[in-house]
Amino acid sequence: MKDKAAVKIETPLSEETVRSLRVGQKVLINGTIFTARDKVHGYLAGKRPHPEDMPFNLAGAIMYHCGPVIMEKDGRFNVIAAGPTTSQRMQMYEPFVISHYGVRGIIGKGGMSAEVAEAMMESGCVYLHAIGGAGALLAEKIKKVEGVWLLEEFGRAEAMWALRVEEFPAFVTMDSTGASIHAEVEKTSKERLLNLIQGR
Amino acid sequence: MLRLRDGIKEIIRKTAVSLPRDIEEALRAAYEAEPEKSPSREALSQMLENTQIAKKNSKPLCQDTGTPIFYARVPRELSFAVVEQSIIEGVRLATESVPLRPNAVDILTEKNSGDNTGLFFPEIYFEQSEQDTLVIDLSLKGAGSENAGTFYKLPDERLKAGRDLDGVRKCILDAVYSIQGRACPPYTVGVGIAGTRLAAAKLSRGALMRKLGEEAADPLISELERRLLLEINSLGIGAMGLGGNCTALGVKINHAHRHTGSYFVDVSIACWANRRSRLVW
Repeated sequence: MKDKAAVKIETPLSEETVRSLRVGQKVLINGTIFTARDKVHGYLAGKRPHPEDMPFNLAGAIMYHCGPVIMEKDGRFNVIAAGPTTSQRMQMYEPFVISHYGVRGIIGKGGMSAEVAEAMMESGCVYLHAIGGAGALLAEKIKKVEGVWLLEEFGRAEAMWALRVEEFPAFVTMDSTGASIHAEVEKTSKERLLNLIQGR
Repeated sequence: MLRLRDGIKEIIRKTAVSLPRDIEEALRAAYEAEPEKSPSREALSQMLENTQIAKKNSKPLCQDTGTPIFYARVPRELSFAVVEQSIIEGVRLATESVPLRPNAVDILTEKNSGDNTGLFFPEIYFEQSEQDTLVIDLSLKGAGSENAGTFYKLPDERLKAGRDLDGVRKCILDAVYSIQGRACPPYTVGVGIAGTRLAAAKLSRGALMRKLGEEAADPLISELERRLLLEINSLGIGAMGLGGNCTALGVKINHAHRHTGSYFVDVSIACWANRRSRLVW
């Protein structure tokens, strides 16, 4: 955790940008991000729609594990609260989604498995940790709803929303070299746990 | 009962858009205690800033506005059915007006009811009260933290946890370690110790409704609560699991008599935004 200055990144992400990011860095994201939670992941990995049949291009994209609160007024969508959801639920689908669609960034919370870390290393992708529960703060970083896919099928909390963001804050906690803050914290807390339950 | 319905709608709004004062103060203290520029301090700073924005705009502080859970203590002259109807109506109205995220899904059709009502949704628990006021406690419980709850049967061979308070202590440490940062720490940890599974679950959930300053009445239990808070925070998981000194804000333990043959420990977790409040009617 050395570099403290925030790095500004812009979507779509190039492989070069992604491979230069390291765990512990704070990033501020500008551009368009796409929400994707349980149902969209099941759909992308199960139905495997062809990229040409999709309204959004996920190559170089950042996907956001988020089920937002969205209000509709006069035909316009407004994001009321939009913090990250627990990424663990998506991890069985994510290696496929990353490699098949060329996703370069995942925003979520809680980190993901070693299998996902491996896919990130191979394809060039990073995990960006946002602050869970900060739904109101993060909604303020979302400037516009640019589009939505699968709204009829999955409803507002589960649809894929294209959101224009400015200076959306997150931490790199898994990078393309295989480093993971989650794995690190788990390791040190395990040592401490064993101490607490064995030694008295 | 139009006025009760509106009172319930209002308490739901307040609970969704603001934090209880004790929780906000504890988060502020945790923020002050973390080193400058650390990710955990930044995480806590975003939580506090988020809380201000939500309150100012009167909008939900988290997109997961949770499962609404009501604990109603009802005076003799009021019927449970009337209170239940007012609560359900209040939830419907609040879903539209706050707004809340519709979270109630039929498990057969997978259809979302759209208004946060359905079978056993919202959850409502009744008690008869000897007082002449109606008291309703509300918890908006996010799914991330509900998914993080764990259940133990003692003895537990893996943890070498026996049927005593030290065994209970090992379960609670294991539960928090196992969740790591996935349920948005710093947590409030609720524990129920009992002889049936239902009693243990009910007690651990109820423990999350206690204020942080409110210790267990029994000195053996309150001592265990204090010790566990220090031990959990020494695990180093930290705010949002990014590493740090504050993994929990409080540990609250409730206990019951147990059957000679059974010893259950249930651990309920609340995320940092332990949204709870009380309506006195």
